[in-house]
Amino acid sequence: MLESKAIDVERLRADFPILSRKVRGKRLVYLDNAATTQRPQVVIDSLVRFYSNYNSNVHRSVHTLGEEATAAYEGSRKKTAAFVGARPQDLVFVRGTTEATNLVSFAWGDKNMKKGDVIVVTTMEHHSNIVPWQMLAKRSGAILKYVGLNPDGTLDLGSFEALLREAPRLVAFTHCSNVLGTINDAAKLCAMAKEAGATTLVDGAQAVPHMPVDVGAIDSDFYAFSGHKMLGPTGIGALVARRGLLEEMDPFQTGGEMIREVFDDHSTWNDIPYKFEAGTVNIADGIALGAAVDYLESIGMERVRAHEVSLLDYAMNELTAIRGIRLYGPMDTRLRAGVISFNYADVHPHDLATILDEEGVAIRSGHHCAQPLMRWLDVPAASRASFYVYNSHDDVDALKLAIEKAGRIFKV
Amino acid sequence: MSSADIYRELILDYYRNPRNFGKLENVDISSRDTNPLCGDEIEIQVRVGEDQKIEEVKFTGKGCAISQASASMLTELAKGKPLEWVKELVKEDVFEMLGNPDLGPSRVKCALLGMKVLKTGVYGYLGAHYEDQDASTPP
Repeated sequence: MLESKAIDVERLRADFPILSRKVRGKRLVYLDNAATTQRPQVVIDSLVRFYSNYNSNVHRSVHTLGEEATAAYEGSRKKTAAFVGARPQDLVFVRGTTEATNLVSFAWGDKNMKKGDVIVVTTMEHHSNIVPWQMLAKRSGAILKYVGLNPDGTLDLGSFEALLREAPRLVAFTHCSNVLGTINDAAKLCAMAKEAGATTLVDGAQAVPHMPVDVGAIDSDFYAFSGHKMLGPTGIGALVARRGLLEEMDPFQTGGEMIREVFDDHSTWNDIPYKFEAGTVNIADGIALGAAVDYLESIGMERVRAHEVSLLDYAMNELTAIRGIRLYGPMDTRLRAGVISFNYADVHPHDLATILDEEGVAIRSGHHCAQPLMRWLDVPAASRASFYVYNSHDDVDALKLAIEKAGRIFKV
Repeated sequence: MSSADIYRELILDYYRNPRNFGKLENVDISSRDTNPLCGDEIEIQVRVGEDQKIEEVKFTGKGCAISQASASMLTELAKGKPLEWVKELVKEDVFEMLGNPDLGPSRVKCALLGMKVLKTGVYGYLGAHYEDQDASTPP
């Protein structure tokens, strides 16, 4: 029965203390989940429990607190890896997706990229999957090229194939666009890139929180995501590498934790993944990410996805009924995550966001850290509503009412 | 103060029908800046008269209603004024010009971008450096 499988939003909302606060006297309608999500009480409790109960450094402390902290931190690594179908030793904890792409840019890129090599990204990338490759291209003399898009905001496979014929060394693309919501067929794109001899990196920041992801099935070389976009704390994320790849790479940052032996003039490296976790790691947030994974597992990622598709269907229907609204990205919700970017008549997104905020509705406005994509859309900025497990049809109604209010103020 | 007060008739009018919008010929001062947070963009051009007065001033740009209306209104105020007037301009003058809306910290920078651009240009023309305190934003 489908009904019994649907998320009970009202019950679930009670797990998120922030959702009961008021904004400007109105109920908080939080629709900025592509930027960062809210945390359930279990994640907050996990942080408090660590600091008040077993705060200690990990890996090297023999005392009880150290052993408890190590078990919790490594337990979280196991959970997080299993959540995306990876082995724990192939998962490096990083600050977030941005640190993951930078890690690959330096630790893999500097060793493998040569003058004249081609790096392929797509026009729908977040800056975190563009700028590290621009910098790598500068350091190595490689050339950065962009896959084009179809008018509906899906990836232009013809353009992708054409660039693959140039035998790129690296193909880096997003699993899911943070602006268009477009879901790329990551497994297919990785297979095509692999066939062309390229190493692949998939930015999963907008995918892992919102749909089942199996990095084994995708068969990417690198897959990156952020904890704070999946109910976890800020400052923690993961880079997952294909088996064997981390061993071949040089370290990224160096110092404590990541060494095996240090001599006066040289050092040897710790086993993976510790070789890539220099210095005291982000223990508390790493452990709390495990609590977020547990929470999402308890809901089930299939149900998370189904809930967002239901919200998308409803919201796209409601919003397109407003005269003057232009939606960006694929209209087929099977190809789209719970992200709706739009513009409304000649109301600038920042003016719209100001008016919506007055109604308690939090959306994002601006270029969404995707300026090449904004140029492709030929707009200086856009408004974006993005959904998560705790959003309801009521939230969509509140969004629509607030946009209509903006329409009255701006005399659209 | 509600958004209905911020987006009064006056602001919307200047947003949709900006005064002094366009480019000048034979300019003495040309200054451009963006608000990286919003992507607001303002360029102001000034022709300076013999008596160190702003003989002609125009602006171009794109962005939110507040940034564009504010820049447009500022050019109207500045026309005919001595360059020294620009040096003495403070953010409170801009707020007053806009009707003192309560913009909140995230939108104040939109309102002040035009003043920042004008001041940067005029300071440069006078051989000085304008250290912005108000309109700078984190990226």
